Amino acid sequence: MLCQICGKNQATVHYTKIINGNIEELHLCDECAMHNKEIEFDSTFSFHKLLSGLMDNLQGEVPYKEVKTYKCPFCGMDYVQFRQTGKFGCAQCYETFKPKLKALFRSIHGHDKHVGKVPVRANTQVAKKRRIQKLKEQLNELVAKEEFEEAAKVRDKIKELEKDIGQ
Amino acid sequence: MVKWVEGPAVDEDVVVSTRIRVARNLRNYKFPQRMSIQEAEALTNEILNVMKKLPSGVNYKFYKINSLTPVERVSYIEEHLISPGLINRPDYSSFLLKDNESATIMINEEDHLRIQVLYPGLNFEKAWESINEIDNFLESNLDYAYHDEFGYLTACPTNVGTGIRASAMVHIPALSIIGQVNGLINGFQKIGLTVRGLYGEGTKAFGDLYQISNQMTLGEEEEEIIRRLKGVIYQTISKERDVRENLLSKRRYEIEDRVFRSYGLLKYSRKISSKEAMQHLSNVRMGIAMGIINDVKFKDIEKIMIGIQPGSIQKYANRELNDNERDILRAKYIRERL
Repeated sequence: MLCQICGKNQATVHYTKIINGNIEELHLCDECAMHNKEIEFDSTFSFHKLLSGLMDNLQGEVPYKEVKTYKCPFCGMDYVQFRQTGKFGCAQCYETFKPKLKALFRSIHGHDKHVGKVPVRANTQVAKKRRIQKLKEQLNELVAKEEFEEAAKVRDKIKELEKDIGQ
Repeated sequence: MVKWVEGPAVDEDVVVSTRIRVARNLRNYKFPQRMSIQEAEALTNEILNVMKKLPSGVNYKFYKINSLTPVERVSYIEEHLISPGLINRPDYSSFLLKDNESATIMINEEDHLRIQVLYPGLNFEKAWESINEIDNFLESNLDYAYHDEFGYLTACPTNVGTGIRASAMVHIPALSIIGQVNGLINGFQKIGLTVRGLYGEGTKAFGDLYQISNQMTLGEEEEEIIRRLKGVIYQTISKERDVRENLLSKRRYEIEDRVFRSYGLLKYSRKISSKEAMQHLSNVRMGIAMGIINDVKFKDIEKIMIGIQPGSIQKYANRELNDNERDILRAKYIRERL
């Protein structure tokens, strides 16, 4: 049976509505069912719904109409799917959907930039700069504690890294 | 059984265990939800090959979910060694368990890797140190998905950045008696912490046990996340202890009666549900903390609390049991241990 709304896809959602004894049947495909406000799949307030709710109201830099067409070249996930599931399909998705992500992360975490651990193998300029910054903090602490010998070692490491990134 | 419970435990009158997990993914594979079985196997083999490079003396045992019986799968969850999410797709998922049970590397849960460390009592320092060690070892041998701006990339946007979830399991029966648990939970939520029941997301709190963990993973350093959580745990410990002391001085007979009734019930009952048993074990645990009961140790209670769960009790029986049989065996299991 084909979907009663789009008439294109196979109907997978079958829905019976009874109001004052009037029976109305609906046969829809996944896509149309998703956009049908009458059909609530589960009444519990599930997590991915919360997320897609968040995504709908993001003050994005890019309008939805445009983002909708984004598709990840590595795993094939598009923005509509991402919005529905609330999950990325692969690491590449982060680049694919990047224009929408900062606002999303801010609404979840209150921040949009990682400041924690940097893998030793991450050898990009940014990773090195972050490492220098951490070492500088460490240096200040050591100086404050008057542990000058250790501080000198850290200072040398900073110099080395700075030379490395051409500063 | 339940080896991780052994070992020194600081502040164990309130803190049952400390856990940290990090979520990690590899760059060149789709995330588990979008993988084929072949891709999942290739990734698993890549990780197993890396594990062969571990220094001697560090031993992990490998388990595939689909080669465990349903009862075994559940009992690993009950022992807190794997997450409930790991058994959802048995053909994809597996785990490596350290011989002393202090660390688990889960493969193909929601992320390619979920590394967890688990210690008895309050021990964030040790937990952070050892998870870092495992993470650094894996990272030096695998191509982690890492982004300069967003940090460690995860399947769910709620884990991105540090990928860290640090938590402590606290036992707060006194706060529960005076009806302050809900207030506490609300307070935690306001400062960005999550409170969950015994077995993580969506599970109920039994036996006055609550898991308190960080919620945000992006924009804060790991050490800072842990430091903040630890501060809150310390506050919880001192609050729970204050209330215990207060209860003991103002309502001694009522409290003693409650503790000894539970103790007696556990010692002599012939049939008991896990929910009922958890409540009485909680009372006895509080009795130990208050010095009312002296011949039972905290660790004994921890082990019983895990051993009587539906999966574990069936593993102990070595066969599947119906509800009634479980309740009977559970009562016997407890009697033999108290």
